[in-house]
Amino acid sequence: MRAVPATGHGGGRASLEPDIAVLDQDPPAGGTDVLRINDLRVEFRFPRYSVEVLAGIDLSVGSGEIVGIVGESGSGKSVTALSIVGLLQRPGFVTGGRIDFAGTDLLEVGADEMRAIRGNRISMIFQNPRASLNPVFSVGKVLREVLRVHSGLRGGAATARAVELLADVGLFDPNAVLRRYPHQLSGGMAQRVMIALALASSPQLLLADEPTTALDVTIQYQIIQLLSRLRQERNLAQIVITHNLGVIAELCDRVAVMYAGTILEEAPVERIFDAPRHPYTQGLLAARARTELTGRLESIPGQVPDMRNRPPGCPFSPRCPHAGDVCRTANPAMEAVEPRHRVACHRWTELA
Amino acid sequence: MIAFITRRLLLLVPVLLGVTVVTFTLTRIIPGNPIDLMVSPLASAETRERIAENAGLNDPLWVQYFRYIGGVTRGDFGDSFVTDQPVLADLTSRFMPTFELTLFAMLLAVILAVPLGIASAVWRGTWIDHVSRLLAVFGVAMPVFWVSLVAIYVFFFLLNWLPAPQGRIGVIITPPATITGLYTVDALLTGDWKALRSSVQSIVLPASVLAFAAMAPLARMTRASMIEALDADYTRAARALGLSERSVVFRHALRNAILPVITMIAIVYGYLLGGVVLVENVFAWPGLGRYVYNAIASSDYPALQGFILYSTTAYVLLFLLVDILYVILDPRVRI
Repeated sequence: MRAVPATGHGGGRASLEPDIAVLDQDPPAGGTDVLRINDLRVEFRFPRYSVEVLAGIDLSVGSGEIVGIVGESGSGKSVTALSIVGLLQRPGFVTGGRIDFAGTDLLEVGADEMRAIRGNRISMIFQNPRASLNPVFSVGKVLREVLRVHSGLRGGAATARAVELLADVGLFDPNAVLRRYPHQLSGGMAQRVMIALALASSPQLLLADEPTTALDVTIQYQIIQLLSRLRQERNLAQIVITHNLGVIAELCDRVAVMYAGTILEEAPVERIFDAPRHPYTQGLLAARARTELTGRLESIPGQVPDMRNRPPGCPFSPRCPHAGDVCRTANPAMEAVEPRHRVACHRWTELA
Repeated sequence: MIAFITRRLLLLVPVLLGVTVVTFTLTRIIPGNPIDLMVSPLASAETRERIAENAGLNDPLWVQYFRYIGGVTRGDFGDSFVTDQPVLADLTSRFMPTFELTLFAMLLAVILAVPLGIASAVWRGTWIDHVSRLLAVFGVAMPVFWVSLVAIYVFFFLLNWLPAPQGRIGVIITPPATITGLYTVDALLTGDWKALRSSVQSIVLPASVLAFAAMAPLARMTRASMIEALDADYTRAARALGLSERSVVFRHALRNAILPVITMIAIVYGYLLGGVVLVENVFAWPGLGRYVYNAIASSDYPALQGFILYSTTAYVLLFLLVDILYVILDPRVRI
């Protein structure tokens, strides 16, 4: 198998030609992809050094599909999502790749065009719903602003649509909720309001960055059900970022496992749980099983590598119990295990 | 709301009582004997004794205190030793000049400092941020009386753009008919262009000097709270909803960031009332600052006590106003 050099630390624009790695990919399901990310690279630039936090991500989302991105903190999950909607802040810079959305490369569109897409055709919700709502504005005020900006609705029409949206995300007495301020909402209600805001102009894609992490367990389940219902009713494609495998199991069709700015494994959700191929995925699942068994929080031994000194070869090799010489020198390429199951590991065939 | 305001106004009573105790004691402790002021240096010991007796200065302190409080409750703050006028009348006649000066100073400071603070938060680390920081350092570091003198030297002596320190209006100009008590506003309302020109020329320098000092903390506070608001989750969420950058900065972020700035404006206004003592003296401004300066210099107990009560009341009312504004602007403090 072909080995791709670890990272383009030649600095500057790491925009590699869409190389053979892309051709290695499985053909996406029938060209109905809502979003297709190719070789996305992001760098954090500090005065004295820079760090590659996304080292070439390939990911696609089909129409009505829910894709989960799972990984530890700092693995690049949120950076991926923020890059899609063009909200990556300094010191983050996209240095290469393509993000295709409905025929346009989102990395090439201007700020105004991106703003027209954001919150309109691609929406995003965040981890801390109460802090994500402006404390000095009532729910109705923000909803009406969003409806005016994206749908041109004003006055009674906007209010009627706002009530409809709030009812649609399962809020009882939407008229009362319209007048409420964020501090008068529970976390679950606030996340429903955020989802209503995100749905205001019927987007094709919803990015949910840890949508349930800050919520109580029972509320988590309700929000998961809501997201699942939105997919069924509106065919809403979603990328759900989480470090919670339970959320993945409950909600997602397909999962990408991220580690140190790369995707190590990608497969339909049953495959990830039943037949994980990457030692990291196996470690995550084992740690979860041990946690359930002992009641103590377990983890994979070792630490996420310091991104400044990215190890050569496979990023997981320093922690991998199966790492061999080749793992420490060459970066593994994505290989197809099955048509929709890909893994980036030198030794997956031996370990299977 | 009414109940809230009433409660706060009732709270004014114990605050003012406390202030009277402190000021009454302090004015008696600091050195200086008011008798020296009231009588000729050549007066006999008997005369001095008689005058002290008449003024009640020989009574025990607590008797003096209760006599004073009794008067205050009837609106009698005593008579000034220096002007021989009732203190309340003195203060009232000097209030408007000071109010006019500080009002214009504050308006100028807010109009300049808030946009500057916003700009240095939005473009942090750029030249505009550095210029704003430099201005703030100068505003804080340079003594206001010195800035006053430099300003007079430059704008009157060197450039001759503005008149010499002449108080509120040129000496040969008749003040406008009183409507509000603010010369500039009254001149405008009565269409008295000569008075308007002269009063504006007179107020420009002292108001600018005060504004320069007041700008520094306002600009820094605006910058700090604006940066916090721009980095907040709700700002990121507003951007994610595709709202325009103008709406994100001026509606979503600023609406939150302005709250601490309002408190700062009130604090700075209080600080300005201190700075005004020096500025009024340099610019011959016939306001409270000069009055209290003279009262201190001459151990004028009733005038001093009256002024402190007066300014305490003004300060408490100012903060009541801030709290009412908070209730209007911040839904979280609504009762």
